[in-house]
This record gives sequence, C-alpha cells and structure tokens, in this order.
Amino acid sequence: MTVLDPAAATDASTFTDYLGRHERKSLLRFLTCGSVDDGKSTLIGRLLYDSKLLFEDQLLSLEKDSRKHGTVGDDIDLALLVDGLEAEREQGITIDVAYRFFSTDKRKFIVADTPGHEQYTRNMATGASTSNLAVILIDARRGVLTQTRRHSFIVSLVGIRHVVLAVNKIDLVDFSEAVFGEIVAEYRAFAADLGFETLTAIPLSARYGDNVLERSARLPWYAGPTLVEHLEDVIVDDVAADRPFRLPVQWVNRPNLDFRGFSGTIASGIVRRGDAIVVAKSGRTSTVKSIVTFDGELDAASAGEAVTLTLADEIDISRGDVLSAAADRPEVSDQFVAHLIWMADEPLLPGRPYLLKIGARQVTAQVTAIRHKIDVNTGGELPAKSLALNEVGIANLSLSEPVAFDPYAVNRETGAFIVIDRLSNLTVGAGMIDHGLRRAGNIHWQALDVDKRARALAKGQKPAVVWFTGLSGAGKSTIANLVEKKLTALGRHAYILDGDNVRHGLNRDLGFSDADRVENIRRVAETAKLFVDAGLIVLVSFISPFRAERQLARELVEEGEFVEVFVDTPLDVAEARDPKGLYAKARAGEIARFTGISSPYEAPDRPEIHLDTTSAAADLLAEQVVAHLQEIGIVPGADVTI
Amino acid sequence: MSQDRLTHLKRLEAESIHVIREVAAEFRNPVMLYSIGKDSSVMLRLALKAFYPGKLPFPLLHVDTTWKFREMIAFRDATVRREGLDLIVHTNRDGVAAGITPFSHGSSTYTNVMKTEALKQALTAHGFDAAFGGARRDEEKSRAKERVFSFRTDTHAWDPKNQRPELWRLYNSRVRPGESIRVFPLSNWTELDIWQYILLEKIPIVPLYFSAERPVVNRGGQWIMVDDDRLPLEPGETPELRRVRFRTLGCYPLTAAVESDAATLPEIVREMLIARTSERSGRLIDHDDAASMEKKKREGYF
Repeated sequence: MTVLDPAAATDASTFTDYLGRHERKSLLRFLTCGSVDDGKSTLIGRLLYDSKLLFEDQLLSLEKDSRKHGTVGDDIDLALLVDGLEAEREQGITIDVAYRFFSTDKRKFIVADTPGHEQYTRNMATGASTSNLAVILIDARRGVLTQTRRHSFIVSLVGIRHVVLAVNKIDLVDFSEAVFGEIVAEYRAFAADLGFETLTAIPLSARYGDNVLERSARLPWYAGPTLVEHLEDVIVDDVAADRPFRLPVQWVNRPNLDFRGFSGTIASGIVRRGDAIVVAKSGRTSTVKSIVTFDGELDAASAGEAVTLTLADEIDISRGDVLSAAADRPEVSDQFVAHLIWMADEPLLPGRPYLLKIGARQVTAQVTAIRHKIDVNTGGELPAKSLALNEVGIANLSLSEPVAFDPYAVNRETGAFIVIDRLSNLTVGAGMIDHGLRRAGNIHWQALDVDKRARALAKGQKPAVVWFTGLSGAGKSTIANLVEKKLTALGRHAYILDGDNVRHGLNRDLGFSDADRVENIRRVAETAKLFVDAGLIVLVSFISPFRAERQLARELVEEGEFVEVFVDTPLDVAEARDPKGLYAKARAGEIARFTGISSPYEAPDRPEIHLDTTSAAADLLAEQVVAHLQEIGIVPGADVTI
Repeated sequence: MSQDRLTHLKRLEAESIHVIREVAAEFRNPVMLYSIGKDSSVMLRLALKAFYPGKLPFPLLHVDTTWKFREMIAFRDATVRREGLDLIVHTNRDGVAAGITPFSHGSSTYTNVMKTEALKQALTAHGFDAAFGGARRDEEKSRAKERVFSFRTDTHAWDPKNQRPELWRLYNSRVRPGESIRVFPLSNWTELDIWQYILLEKIPIVPLYFSAERPVVNRGGQWIMVDDDRLPLEPGETPELRRVRFRTLGCYPLTAAVESDAATLPEIVREMLIARTSERSGRLIDHDDAASMEKKKREGYF
C-alpha cells in the first residue's frame, strides 16, 4: 500500500504520475460505529494522522487543544482531531455525525463518524444511509455488547452488506490471539442472520497504530490485511448499476421551445441512446433521443451520473416522475409496507398526516397500521401503537396519490423515503419499503348518481362541518346543542357528533394515548365527511387537542365547507366549572393524559370563529355561530323565507 | 461491475449537481453566494453543468466589503459577462457610513459587520429562502458535522443541536416564511479535489492564486499585499516586491500571501501537497480563538 506522500512528488515526472493516479481513484464511503469509548474518534484521527494529511498547524493547534481537553495525559489525543463542536468537546462524547476525508493512492474515503451513545441511533442510520461499508468497533476488553448488536442491526437494516469488525485496544489485552478469536466467534454467530456479504475481522490498536495503516509486529499471529489495506481493496459491488434503469426526474430543462430535457441522477441501471423507457406512474412510453451533458452528448450513462435525457416523443413528464426501463418497471401504488426508523422526540402517530419524500416526489401519507416494532437489541418483535424516538417498526402506509418505487432490498435509491412533520417541517422518520399492498389496486371508488350537490339542494342548504374545539368543560357541547336547536328552528338539517357519545360506540375501542386521540379524530373527521356528503350541517364537538388532526379534518372536505370554532375558556375557568368532575380526578392522578393537565392542547392559529366563553353567555355565543353561518351562506339569511 | 466504474471526481460532481438541481426545483427563491474564490469557481461550474443547456435559474450574490483585491472584482465582472449571469452585489452601507474598516475595528468586528451582517441584510432584503455556499467539510473541525442543507432560523441563526437528519439523497427543503436553508454542494470535496477538478476541467480562477511579483509588507510573520493606497503603512514599513501567491482569497488586508514560485496549476497542486501549513492559516480571522468558526456560524457567517 502506498500512502499519499507529497515528499515522493518532488520531481516533475513523479508528480505528473501522481496526479494521474489521483484522477483515477475511486470513492469508498464507510461509517464507523461502536460503543462509547471504543475509540472511533481515535481510529479516524489515526487514519488522518497516518495518511499524512495533517498539516503542521493543525498539529500545533491539536497539541494546544490536548492540554485543555485531552484525556490521554501528555500524548496527542487523536480523538480531538475529529470531535468538532464546542459542546461535545466539553462533554467528551461525540453527539452528531461527522464526515471525514482521507486518501490513499487507490481510493478516496468519506468516513461517517457516528456516535455510539444510546440515544443517538438516528445519527447512525443517517451515516449508514450513504455508506457502502461499516467498520464496527469493539473494545477488546469488553467484547460484544448490547450496543454492538444494535449498531450491527441498524447497519443491516439500512442495507449495508460489507462489514469490518475492528477489534480495537488489542494492546490492552496483551495482543492476545485467544481473546480476538473469542470475540470474532461470538460476533459471527450473532451476525449470521444479518445478511452481510463480507465480514472481515481485524485486531488493531487505534491509539498506537497497529494494523491501521502499518502492519503490526506485535500481532505476528495475524496474517490478514491491515484496516487500510482492506478498505483499499475490498470490492463493494455497485449493485445499483446492475439493476433496471431508474431516473427520478428532478428538473424539467426547457431553455427554449426546441429543447425539452429531463434532468436527474440515475438511481440505478444504465441508459443508452435509443432505449425504450416508460414513465412509471402514467405508463406512457417513449425512447431516449439523447443523453445531454455540459461536456457533450453521451452514448450511455449509468447509476450515479447526473444527466439530462431528451425523448423521441412529446409525453407529459414532470418533476417527481420516474423514468424507467420499459421492460422492467417499478411498482406503482398508494399503499405499501415499510420499515420505519423514528427520529423525532414526538412519537409517530398512526392516522396523522405526514409528508413523505421519495425520489423527487413529495406526497401526503398516513401510517394506517403499525404491524409491530422491533427490539433493536435482540431483533425480536414487539406490539406497538406508536413509535418513539429511535424506535424501529414495520408499518402499513397509505399515500394521497400513487408513487413509483422498488423494494429497498432491491434498490436503495427508489425504495427509500423520509418522513417530514407538516407543522414543524422537521425530518421525523426514515423509511425503507418492503413491498406494495395490492389492496390499493382493487378498491375503486363507487360512482353514485345522486351527488352531494343534489342531496344538499333537496334540503335547501349548503352542507358544512362546524368543528368545535376546546378544553374539556369549555362549553363546546352546550354551545353546539344551542346551535343545533337554532338551526332546526330555521328549518335546517343538522347533526351533532359529540366526543363523549362517539366514544361509547364508534370509538369504543380507543383510549387516551396520543395515538388513540389521533385515531379518534380521524374516524370522526371521516364520519363528518360522509355526513357532509349526505348534505347535512355537521356539528362536531370534540376536544381535538392537536392542530395536525384538525387540519386533516379540514382537508377532507372542500374549501369553505369547514368552519373551525375555538371555544376559548382559560384552563382555570374550565377547571372551576368541572361539570363532570374530571379535572378533580385528573389532578388527583386518577385520570392519566388529561388534556390541559397532563396532555397538551394546541390552540387554533386562525379559527373561523373565536368564542370567548368568559365574555358572553352560551346562547349569545351560539347566535354568533349561526350569524357566521348565515354570513358565509351555509344557512340562508334570517330575512329569507324558506 | 464494481464501484470503480466512476472516478471519485465524477461521483463528487454528480452529487453536487444533484444537490443544486434539488434546490432550484424545491425553493421559491434561491441564490448562489459567489465569493470569487476557487471554491466558488468550482461551484459555479457545477451549477452551469446542472442546468445545461439552460441558464442558471437563480442569481449570484456577492457580498462586497469594499476591501476585496482589485483583481477579484475584475475577475468577477469578466465571469458574469462571459457566462451571462445575473449578479447581485451587496455592500453594508451602514458599515461603510460608520467607517468600519479592517484597521479601525479589528478583524472580528469588521468581519461581523461587513460580511456576516451584510450577508443577512442581502438575504432578508431579497427574501431568499435558500443560499448556496462553497464551504467544505474538510476545511475546519466544526464544519465536519455541517449538513448539506443547513437550516437557519428567521434571524439567520444556526443551531447545531437542531439540524435535520440527512439520509440518502433525500433533502428536506421545507421552511416557513422568513426561515432559510444554507446549501453546501461542495460538502464532500477536499481542497485537493477542488484543485484536481480545476485542473481537469480547465476552470478559470483569479490570477492571485498564481505566483507573481507583488508589493507586500511583512506583518507578524505574514505577507500582506499593498493592493491600493488605503493600507496604512506602519512606521518603517516599505512595500517590497516579492514573488508571492494566495492560497485563499478574501479582503486583502486580512489575507496573507505565501512566498512561492508556483505559476501554473500543476505547480500549485504540487505545492499544496507538500505544504507545511494548512489552507486556513492564511485567513487571519480564524486565529481569534479556538472555537471561532463555530461562533461565527452560529451568528450567521457562512
């Protein structure tokens, strides 16, 4: 192995050779993972240090930092080279994925240094998602730990098929062949089911450099490659190039009327001029007319290349479409089963609408069922109603429209998606598709001859959902009752869906966890939608504490058909009224997860109607609601005779 | 088929183009920060490649402190003309009016007012919701954990604890009004990659990177170029002509030259490889204190 050695490049011809070699290098992305104190940062520091990419002043500042934060006495603490952020340096642990770079003559390496701390599993999945190989560190003194199992499981889950087991700190067990052998045997037995194609075990000492770049004289019994030798030579099959052609369209390139190109990065396979392609979702077909790049047209391009295709026919294609090999198409469905890694403090709630980004397409999606979650330490299945931070589960998802995809096991690019919270905009989950659900294809909408408009006309009204939200005891049911009376007096057809009543029947099976609250509201929103379809004015009286679900209810009906009424009563007032004695029980700890006390209430930002119950009597407030309904034409004005 | 099918430069290029296209497609009003340096030159080339044969679907923004090397400004204007680009130049006029110069207020205050504040002014004034920057993760320790899509609050602040996880090639571009994303398409490039790519692609760069006789004074062991008559000479200081070049470009009073005979790209690359001091040591602002870059980033510096 030749290390990048500038000193060797002092005469001109050697140098020209050197540049040529560098241009022909390939790229390997790998991640390092292990438990706290296994020495990941030290190992990466060692790789950077030994590959002589550490320049003099970085070394000087390192020596200065070591005296302030270092944990290895007067030696240089290699871990300080890579522990970046100030807060982390003070805590002495790595808490976020750091990306590092080093080169040898054969390859450039991008290293994702991922944290070993228990609560940061999401970072490991992040680092693994772009890696082809994982270096799993084990402290030779401690052997295979729970965290080793967890990290190996996630590495396998995210589709990494090549693993190096780096048995570190071998100097601290007297370079013992027996200790190494025991650890490797235990790990191999455990990892047998994880689907790794290669598993290479290397005894090393990151701190002293044994078997990192240089072969160690202190491990004469070990005949295998050093870590860097292995990383340079390992053949990490680029399966993506062997799969059927897929190109998610990122950008429609239309500089003038004569040119219409579809730009994107080839996710898998090879495309040649003249190939037959299909737009996966619409089924429209054409052939590739040209493969355009800044550097000239290409005859062929393969996975990983960013290109622009022009087609022989004018067919409708927009961002998010997946151009595919006509003979080998991806699945298209609006329902699928996927592995989900949850990455947010707020748990995953089935029924809640999230955004899902797959390729260049963004759609609304709901988890319709969590089949089970997985204990990442044992691989065992556990029942679950929601997923918390760092939990992994298998779930059914339902999308607002069909998307093209391949199973993740077949294609890491077209089988992966991220989940985004619609209100916070945070990336809250990562998903890997297992397979599509056939159901979606077989349940078609039954078209009915009498439509919503006809039914509403027969009743002489415009249907609507009037959604009362507020704390328990705020006065929602009281006001809704009065509104129904007034509407009935006006000859209108209204119906109340009351939270307590619905929980006795339709939603009898639901409790008060966040997940159940979301499902409770989802069912009521769907029911309200059916009633609106029937031409009714639906008065919904539910605490409905979460904005996201009220937004879902709003989006189920047409614009203008949803009237949100915020029944605004301060907590202390509602608690003083306490008509059902519930607050007293909640305060006494007899009711868990009570809205306002031990479960949050998210007040509406812009309700159509805001009722302050401390300012007027219920009857007057009900009048306000009716007046608003008249104003927007749901109910004809009082002066109109019907 | 092995992954050695594509060279590392080809892979880096494709990754950057992917990021640039994604931003153009998903953001309402993106802009590309253009600092005129070698990294900006590479980033601009990648953007031109991303949309070829179309034009760039976003403007460039140059934050001009009024203290840039004259050759940088000339290069900038020539580039804009040659490529038919839409360039916005912004200077913090309040800072100029207040007489803020690298000499009057020290490098830290000066950088904050004329670069960080000026950048925030421009981003706010134009309502940009995404801004490309040429920063690389290998430049400095606190950058190693930076995302490709780096989220900024509506005050342009960066909170290292509150960044979105980035998986695969799936970037989350959702922002609320006023919030924005700084995008770093060169995240995974190293300095050597940048030079190799410039060499391979024959990308034009500012002549200051090449060795030439230039008038300089020695201050604290560093060569400062006397680019115009605004540089106050200290008692006994006389500019002398030396063969120097710059490894990094910025404001001339804050950017030290290195003595060098490297006058061609291969010579520069070779010199870089045998350099005994790393790239950012020429940038005086980093010497202020150990965690200086992290602090600047929290405040909104690129």
